[in-house]
Amino acid sequence: MNAHWGQRGVALLIAAFLFLFLVVPVAKVIIVAFQAPGTGAFTLVNFQDFFNTSLFREAFWNSLYVAAISVLVATAFAMPLAYFTTRFEFRGAVIVQTLGIIPLIMPPFVGAVAMQLLFGTNGSVNLMLEEWVGINIPFMDGLNGVIFVESIHYFPFILINLSASLNNIDRAMEESAQNLGASGFRLFRRIVFPLAMPGYVAGASLVFIKVFDDLGTPLLLNVNTLLAPQAYLRISSIGITDPMGYVISVILVGFSLFAMWVAALALRGKDYGTEQRGGGGLAKRRMRPWEGVLSYGVIGLILLLVLSPHIGLTLLSFGTIWSFSVLPDGYTINHYREVFEQSPQFVTNTMLYASLAALVDVTIGTAIAYLVLRTKIAARKWLDYTAMAALAVPGVVLGIGYLRTFFGVQLPWSGQPLASWWVVLVIALSVRRLPYALRACTAALQQLSVALEEAAENLGAGKLTTVRRIVVPLMVGGILAGFVTSFATAAVELSATIMLVSRESDAPLAYGLYVFMQTAAGRGPGAALGIIAVLIVGIATYLSHRVIERGQKARGLADEY
Amino acid sequence: MTEHAIKARKHAAGVSIEDVNLYYGNNHVLKEVSLAIEPGEFFTFLGPSGCGKTTLLRLIAGFGNAQTGRVRIGGKDITALPPWQRDVGMVFQSYALWPHMTVRRNVAFGLEERRLPKPEIWRRVDAVLELVGLSELAERRPSQLSGGQQQRVALARTIVVEPQVLLLDEPLSNLDAKLRVQMRQELLELQRKLALTTIFVTHDQEEANTTADRIAVMSEGVVQQVGTPTELYDNPANRFVASFLGMANVLDGRLASDVGTTVFHSASGITVPLSSSQVANRGTGDSHSIMFRPQSVAIRPAGAPEPRAGVSMQGVIQHQEFLGNLTRYAVAVGESVILVDDAHQPNQRSFSVCTRVGLSLASEQVVILTD
Repeated sequence: MNAHWGQRGVALLIAAFLFLFLVVPVAKVIIVAFQAPGTGAFTLVNFQDFFNTSLFREAFWNSLYVAAISVLVATAFAMPLAYFTTRFEFRGAVIVQTLGIIPLIMPPFVGAVAMQLLFGTNGSVNLMLEEWVGINIPFMDGLNGVIFVESIHYFPFILINLSASLNNIDRAMEESAQNLGASGFRLFRRIVFPLAMPGYVAGASLVFIKVFDDLGTPLLLNVNTLLAPQAYLRISSIGITDPMGYVISVILVGFSLFAMWVAALALRGKDYGTEQRGGGGLAKRRMRPWEGVLSYGVIGLILLLVLSPHIGLTLLSFGTIWSFSVLPDGYTINHYREVFEQSPQFVTNTMLYASLAALVDVTIGTAIAYLVLRTKIAARKWLDYTAMAALAVPGVVLGIGYLRTFFGVQLPWSGQPLASWWVVLVIALSVRRLPYALRACTAALQQLSVALEEAAENLGAGKLTTVRRIVVPLMVGGILAGFVTSFATAAVELSATIMLVSRESDAPLAYGLYVFMQTAAGRGPGAALGIIAVLIVGIATYLSHRVIERGQKARGLADEY
Repeated sequence: MTEHAIKARKHAAGVSIEDVNLYYGNNHVLKEVSLAIEPGEFFTFLGPSGCGKTTLLRLIAGFGNAQTGRVRIGGKDITALPPWQRDVGMVFQSYALWPHMTVRRNVAFGLEERRLPKPEIWRRVDAVLELVGLSELAERRPSQLSGGQQQRVALARTIVVEPQVLLLDEPLSNLDAKLRVQMRQELLELQRKLALTTIFVTHDQEEANTTADRIAVMSEGVVQQVGTPTELYDNPANRFVASFLGMANVLDGRLASDVGTTVFHSASGITVPLSSSQVANRGTGDSHSIMFRPQSVAIRPAGAPEPRAGVSMQGVIQHQEFLGNLTRYAVAVGESVILVDDAHQPNQRSFSVCTRVGLSLASEQVVILTD
């Protein structure tokens, strides 16, 4: 009976945390959007104003356009890769897997400036094209630039989901269709494609949300006629009383929810993967020579594109002057020296904030997973839903909500507003990244047979001991994966950060990067900072892979997990 | 020496289950279940999947809550105790060995939870590992063991804490046929050696018959009959028990009086005279069913002389199956089809399909079913 009180206490604590730092700020934003300025009465006037302003109408359509076209371009990148690797005996599978990790270790805005130098009107590629063929392709002009950067960055979400569902298809599905007379394209259209569809929709809707909500990339490319930048600019230039920022927030949340709803609809009742264990994927066949040349060519090209932000950023961070030329004029390490001498706090702050946020995330994630899957506490599912709802809240919206909710609250010891205290920044990061950690923890716990816990209880271990000695040790792989995902994505978060950082000494790396990139002279150090970010996240990801792998090897569990 | 260490244990305790009703939502999973299991007994819950036998076993271990009823162990009411305070050892169907611990750590777990001193823990772990023949493998991980070895670890982990009752949830179902027979014998030997009250859940009647002192046959959440394996086979209480344990011929009809004795008239026209001990105090005129085993029926060529005693019938062979030690015939007698097992001798000729044959049944081998 004691255990039940303990469980209830934990559930209440988590509920309070989510209520205070997710529900209240977002509710505040939505309420303000529907309030008449001054009187506070319910009104739709703000929305009328929004749609009567041509700038906002343009931003609205631009955002939809950019998100939709990015999904299409990302699909064009992902589709051939997924198809080649699942359909053929393919040596490049490892490369394609790596492609899936690359976006994780570099936020899109970091590469945006480097992409401009490579693909802009006066960038390396166009300079070469002009010299050789005499044409100039506007890769990076206005919205094109945003679409280009975003789709290169986010296409792996489609790749990962699509490959997973293709690999989950039971070979017997394909074989029985062949046995009944289907082959070639008909087989693909009638069997393979419908079975893989849920995976594709899941990935595509994620890309749509991410692009629709992104603030950093358009800001850095100086494309401001999009919704997220407009919200940020209104709040930062006019102030937190301006209703337009709130109206835009409501629209952003609305579209995120819509995209998630579409994905849920596509996935409902179509959990094909779990019904067909040990499917082994589609039958793979050897490629004919010309197919080999074609597919390796396509993959090489995509790989080059995906790596181009990294290549550009590296060049920029070591380059002296790089303007109107294919490559920088000379090379130096001064930019790195400048970063470490003048603003080392960006790096240390990031490490501190991201680790704390990730720690909070896996703790809450493990607790919620356990409460949902292993207890019968009333309303436990709502903890899960609420935490996952953070996915539908863009960083800008959360940032605005925090400013509105916590600016009036002052810290008792310094009189500083709560909203500009660095701890609140950590909380904002942990709320934003909680869904990732929660999913990882839930997946890890779902794989654990309840019998393992029952066996411990049967031998005399209480609930808490069972969690400590059996559940957590067996979940460690999933918890670690959740930690790294939260850490890596929190380390490069910009949209909530940019709203909440009050002074440079408290600022994390992403904010510093943004500040550096504002001036031409800051680009070099900015790029150096970007490379440092990539390294931090890359090393963290690599280490966790090693730790998880070694743990599995020691247990001889590589196959089971 | 090692056995002595294990044997120094509490007296075996009996288990009593009283008026248990359990629902999952609207689904009535256990209906008015009452059982008394004697100390030291090897007791088996037998039934098809979904009959509630595992639910009942888990209830004894403290997993799941019954809406009504009590569970007592050694006379003590444990209904409200959580699993970890029950002192009931359970071996899970999947074994549930913890993959992050070695065999030794797995086995030591229960003793550690009982806060025993380290030296005693190591001594008892060593003793039980030797008992189940796994001393060599103590430092392995469960995933490095074969199915039979994993099974022994699960058993060792449970008996090392010397529980009052040992619960076994289909422990042999994950083993291949040959290993299953061997483990079954080892299990029984161990149970006798430790004199542990043991409850064994299975859907396999052979497993139940070969191990159990007594069996409770379950179906649809109801205990159909409790008894020794021979009692259940020879005197099944009802149609379900009759057909679940072995093959059975069941005929529906009614009892009638005929010159001082009672006879059974089947709806299909077969008449069987019954003795008063078979009839007990059942009323004539009511509808009843009778049961007899296929090996209680003798088969002979159609023209051969009828035996003096018992019931004689004429029929036509519909099917025949050769099963090695016997040949099983399905014989159409009027509207009934009667199964006949004919023991097979080498070079003996069998009757072929569509042959007319005579059947005879010794009426003292007939059992009246309650439903």
